[in-house]
Amino acid sequence: MVRALGALVLAACLAAPAEAAPGAVILSTTTSTRDSGLLDVLVPMFERATGHTVKTIAVGTGQALALAARGEADVTLAHAPDVERRYVAEGKLLNRRLVMYNDFVVVGPEADPAKLRGEPSAVAALRRIAAARARFVSRGDKSGTHALEQRLWRLAGVVPAGPWYIESGQGMGATLALADDRRAYTLADRATYLAFGRRVALKVLVEGDRTLLNVYSVLEVDRANGSRVNAAGGRAFADFLLAPETQQVIRGFGVERFGRPLFVPIAGRPDADFE
Amino acid sequence: MDLLLGGVRQAVALLLAGDGETWAILWLSLVVSGSATLISLAMGIPAGTALALVRFPGRGLVVSAVNAGMGLPPVVVGLLVTLVLWRSGPLGGLELLYTPAAIILAQVVIAAPIVAGMTLAAVQQIPREFRLQLLALGASRVQMVWVVLREARLPMLAAVMAGFGGVISEIGASLMVGGNIKGQTRTLTTAMVLETGKGNFDVAIALSILLLVLVFLVNWALTGIQQRGTGP
Repeated sequence: MVRALGALVLAACLAAPAEAAPGAVILSTTTSTRDSGLLDVLVPMFERATGHTVKTIAVGTGQALALAARGEADVTLAHAPDVERRYVAEGKLLNRRLVMYNDFVVVGPEADPAKLRGEPSAVAALRRIAAARARFVSRGDKSGTHALEQRLWRLAGVVPAGPWYIESGQGMGATLALADDRRAYTLADRATYLAFGRRVALKVLVEGDRTLLNVYSVLEVDRANGSRVNAAGGRAFADFLLAPETQQVIRGFGVERFGRPLFVPIAGRPDADFE
Repeated sequence: MDLLLGGVRQAVALLLAGDGETWAILWLSLVVSGSATLISLAMGIPAGTALALVRFPGRGLVVSAVNAGMGLPPVVVGLLVTLVLWRSGPLGGLELLYTPAAIILAQVVIAAPIVAGMTLAAVQQIPREFRLQLLALGASRVQMVWVVLREARLPMLAAVMAGFGGVISEIGASLMVGGNIKGQTRTLTTAMVLETGKGNFDVAIALSILLLVLVFLVNWALTGIQQRGTGP
């Protein structure tokens, strides 16, 4: 019996795959970059070029930034400029650099009860949704999308509350499915909307507004955030994202699947261009 | 309905095409949950047996704790193991977070109480007189425990199935401590959540079918062992 158990434990230990080599780079990022498939292209490129291994942890932007600020990640790719700037101002994250952007769209049911079609301003559109008490699904999860949505409500001077305002607490895909089911409006990043396009009957109603720009930045983590932070690895990944060859790959990404690029690379452009 | 049929077709296609990623995910799930179950057996059977046979002060409290542990929510285990394995946590130096080893650790925490609790119940249902008789017939304590465990093997194999079933289907802990990293820590359940989130329902259904088949095959094998030599 004892020998049998010993053999079992031994077998279990052998079967358990070896742990990753120390010095692996932990990248905390948003679900939208992973769900779009972009990281599946960029991460192997980086691993081949540098020999680093990357552990991509895709969570909501709020959590991605919080993990990095605690030193639990080495580099972060996020899309919540206000929150990012706050972390930089507090000295918890450094060297925020713009990588790329795509855009958000306000989508809703074909019937369009709040009459948003043709409305150029996202803020005005949200004000109309609130006035009509038309159903709106919010991510409600501190993601970058949720942060932008809250900013738009603030600009609209509306505190969204009531039975028409639904908080899904889930990712973009699940939120789109919920909005579709409830014939509600929602705010979605274009990449996820395109990926879900064939599944939902929601239509793009408001797009092209400057406030709907979805800007992704890379931020580095300092060793001061934790003694085990792989600052050099994080820096290497940030530099890689901004390298001309990588930016070229970003420019072409998505054409094959959606017939149009999903992201516009903007390395080196000043923050002020996207205010 | 068309999605379901499409999923079945997709599952067959994924496997037949020898899709490397699908096989790797399937293999990782089996290895991780299999290892976790084996380790849980190594810990849970002795613990459960000892709790059933030895009286000591505070035993009631320990038994209650084990029984409560059988219902540990995986997401709570995931959070606690994450905090412990964080770089800033007590075991941060091991660099285990976001590795398969971390998932095994979390799953052991989930499965070990299940195995211990069910072993405890299995051994306790053997009448005390039977044990006393064995000792009276001249069996050593080790021999007595061995015979008792043999007598309890049917419910104990059920414990193995419950433990394995609990961890192979669990998602909260795997997602948190593993990170669902492609090619490293993506298991069947975390891949399913991901594909559902991406709107790839056919792939998600295909993975569900693979998981169900895997669980069935493992339980089939275990049932074969359990029912061997037990006539009606």
